[in-house]
Amino acid sequence: MPTDVRFRSLVPADASPRGEPMVTLFFDGRALQAPAGCSVAAALLANGVSTFRTTPVSGAPRAPYCMMGACFDCLVEIDGQPNRQSCLVAVAEGMQVKTQAGLRSFDGAGTVIAEEAAHVE
Amino acid sequence: MNTSDLIVVGGGLVGTALAYGAARNGTRVTVLDEGDDAFRASRGNFGLVWVQGKGFGMTPYARWTMQSAAQWPQLAEALNADTGIDVQLRQPGGFHFCFSDDELQAREARMRSIGDALDGDYAFEMLDHASLKARLPGVGPAVAGASYTRMDGHANPLKLLRALHAACRHHGVRFAQGSRVTRITPRAGGFEIETRAATWHAPRVVLAAGLGSRELAPQVGLHAPVQPNRGQVLVGERVARFLDHPTTYVRQTDEGTIQLGDSLEDVGLDDGTTAEVLSTIARRGVRSFPVLESLRLVRAWGALRVMTPDGFPIYQASTQCPGAFVVTCHSGVTLAANHAFSIAPWIAGSAGNGVPAGIQSFSGDRFLNGNETFHHAH
Repeated sequence: MPTDVRFRSLVPADASPRGEPMVTLFFDGRALQAPAGCSVAAALLANGVSTFRTTPVSGAPRAPYCMMGACFDCLVEIDGQPNRQSCLVAVAEGMQVKTQAGLRSFDGAGTVIAEEAAHVE
Repeated sequence: MNTSDLIVVGGGLVGTALAYGAARNGTRVTVLDEGDDAFRASRGNFGLVWVQGKGFGMTPYARWTMQSAAQWPQLAEALNADTGIDVQLRQPGGFHFCFSDDELQAREARMRSIGDALDGDYAFEMLDHASLKARLPGVGPAVAGASYTRMDGHANPLKLLRALHAACRHHGVRFAQGSRVTRITPRAGGFEIETRAATWHAPRVVLAAGLGSRELAPQVGLHAPVQPNRGQVLVGERVARFLDHPTTYVRQTDEGTIQLGDSLEDVGLDDGTTAEVLSTIARRGVRSFPVLESLRLVRAWGALRVMTPDGFPIYQASTQCPGAFVVTCHSGVTLAANHAFSIAPWIAGSAGNGVPAGIQSFSGDRFLNGNETFHHAH
């Protein structure tokens, strides 16, 4: 069910509240600004991102719920690593963040097993 | 009035399966549940509906386990019909991995012994590395082989607990939470059961209080010398389906979570976790399936099994205080179907006075002979 974004940043998204340097990160290729030390989840929300991932079962969009590591609704891919809890990771200069669609799969050696899984539900 | 036909002491997997089985036959049941300060073995288990390897040295337990696994589809269906909750029962057969040829030979001897005692009514296979790899391509080179039976399966144990609670409510079972039972007194026509807040009455009472049953049993002429045995489990992130079959050390839940287990420790009433044991579990998981090396871990837990001296269940009716029963086991998931369909009607008295076939061996009195020592290595 789509919901309004309730997140309201107290400062402009591209301004640093306490004089921290600003870093540039990328979300699905789009360049975003965020103050150093800020979590990836907060940075995305402050930049108006309302869908972080989609669920494996229904494909429903999800965004952060708890912002403290408990709900797993803020999962994204960060620098090639899937299933990262974006509320627990600090932004870094040049960081590549991507929407996570469904479940991650094992890469590399995992493809052997993934083939076996292909013929089941 | 705090009066029921049956009071179940304990609201875990064992207690709710008994309450459900009794209530669906029309018995008025109250469940007295201690609360979240209890040791909650039902919230900390692996979720296997497991047959293989069980009943070594005690054939009735092998039969009892096989019977429950066979009745499990009926339980899952009944729970779904009553509650709409799918407990995710899958019984595709399960593997037990061995990491050396010696281990593999010992496993084969054990399986053969169980099979012989069952007159061969026990289909199992021993697989060497190559034939195992043909079935589970992701298995690592450190795995020497495995035993397999098609009888094994798994379910989602948290969904099972939730479904049992919901199904109990559907059939009118009354739950009293925060009700630690302090005393049970036999009275004319039944029992007076005290908690801090209230006194309850019923002509029948069953102790399904896990580790708590040890203290309560003597009050109604029963013997349940259960001890805690800790198991630790690691939980990984959710990943795309990679493993359909349950194994004793690694399984993947319906929602994609990877569970790695387990351990056996005698550490008293300590349900904590230790880095040493968890690292052993993690290492064994990666040896089983090398791809798990890239798995991100999410959490770990310790939980206390409810273990009798020989590891087998206790099912007993009190002769000293008729109407009192004790039911305790450490396989509350596997045996849930038997508890709901066989044990519950017996306890509720709705199956005539018939004792369920095959449970005579599970009397707690077997531990009263002080000269005997027991091992629960199954």
